[in-house]
Amino acid sequence: MENLERILVEHPFFQGMKREHLDLVVGCAANVRFDAGQFILREGEEANEFYLIRHGQVALEVFAPERGSITIQTLGEGEILGWSWLVPPYRWKFDARAVELTRAIALDGKCLREKSENDCALGYELLKRFSQVMVEHLQAARFQLLNVYDAH
Amino acid sequence: MSTTPIDAVSLAGLNADPMLPRPYRVQRLRKETPDTFTLDLEPSSAAAAMAFAPGQFNMLYAFGAGEAPVSISGDPAHPATLVHTIREVGAVTRALHQLKPSHTLGVRGPFGVGWPVAEARGADVVIVAGGIGLAPLRPALYHVLAARKQYGKVVLLYGTRTPADILYLRELQQWHSRFDLEVHVTVDRAPGEWHGNVGVVTKLIPRAPFDPQSTVAMLCGPEVMMRFTVQDLERRGVARENIYLSMERNMKCAVGFCGHCQYGPTFICKDGPVFRYDRLAPLLAVREI
Repeated sequence: MENLERILVEHPFFQGMKREHLDLVVGCAANVRFDAGQFILREGEEANEFYLIRHGQVALEVFAPERGSITIQTLGEGEILGWSWLVPPYRWKFDARAVELTRAIALDGKCLREKSENDCALGYELLKRFSQVMVEHLQAARFQLLNVYDAH
Repeated sequence: MSTTPIDAVSLAGLNADPMLPRPYRVQRLRKETPDTFTLDLEPSSAAAAMAFAPGQFNMLYAFGAGEAPVSISGDPAHPATLVHTIREVGAVTRALHQLKPSHTLGVRGPFGVGWPVAEARGADVVIVAGGIGLAPLRPALYHVLAARKQYGKVVLLYGTRTPADILYLRELQQWHSRFDLEVHVTVDRAPGEWHGNVGVVTKLIPRAPFDPQSTVAMLCGPEVMMRFTVQDLERRGVARENIYLSMERNMKCAVGFCGHCQYGPTFICKDGPVFRYDRLAPLLAVREI
């Protein structure tokens, strides 16, 4: 737990978070590992956690009939995987699969969600941080949609 | 009087009329990606090899079709073979694609201001390329790798459409295996069997290993990509004056006479195509120029 605490405290995502909130977060954290090819999340399933990737690579995929799995984005070391736990109906929108052996810290989103209902400051802290992640992903997705290399 | 090869290289082009194409012969044409090919050229006559600086371009003249500006993508240390990687996008580049070994074309050049490979000595070098933008940057990378000890960390970040559109695939794999060069490739779209990165090239910047305080960044790709890349480099702490961009406009004469490539008070052909970002930033903010 001490090791987990150190990792979380030093991670940019949690930078500046109050000690009391960090303690809550650490209490909801666990080390996890996924073998290459293993699914971490499946579209449509309940979204009750999020992950801080420590090592490895994760592909976000969507399955299309007759086309198979299409990778829409990959996430690597230091990145955050999953925010559907934060927004109703709390279901994953995509599949996430480990491309290679991946180690991560799993955070119990359901637990944090419930704690946030009773502690607005914690909820606000988490929302601020996830908004930043979402904005970065949204901007990247828009950039990707531009198909810039076709026009060059 | 005998002339050494080095003299011949350094003197090449000094007295040449910049508007007069010199005949070159196609040595080899190879397909790089579905819409991109590379031409290896040699002088038709006994003329000296064309010395060039990384980042410069030539006007390639497909007889009967016209001229097109194309960056030089070969090794500046081996100018005897002139290498151009070309994307087939119009009548001239289509005609260039039809050429066969031993066919002749006209070459004017080299033109323009190249990459700041001398100024970057002692600093980390971050090369960010998008699509065919890797071609004009390859000579800079050759140069840096040839004098590897003179530079700090060297990082190549390359983004393109799909795995099938990756330029210089074999060379990228070789570079990737080097211990003194960090190479990261990402694609916008990928089938399931692709095990590399998927996402825009800017996503590679936050974790790329370089010291922002001592970094020279060289960018080439679609303008939109370069704009986003600059933002992320600045967010990492790279100073504007250490970021260089290669610009593309409709170049015709290549010597600043015709004005086709005028960009505000500058001419891309003559004052560029490589510009320092802090000098270019006010112009990039102006639409329709």
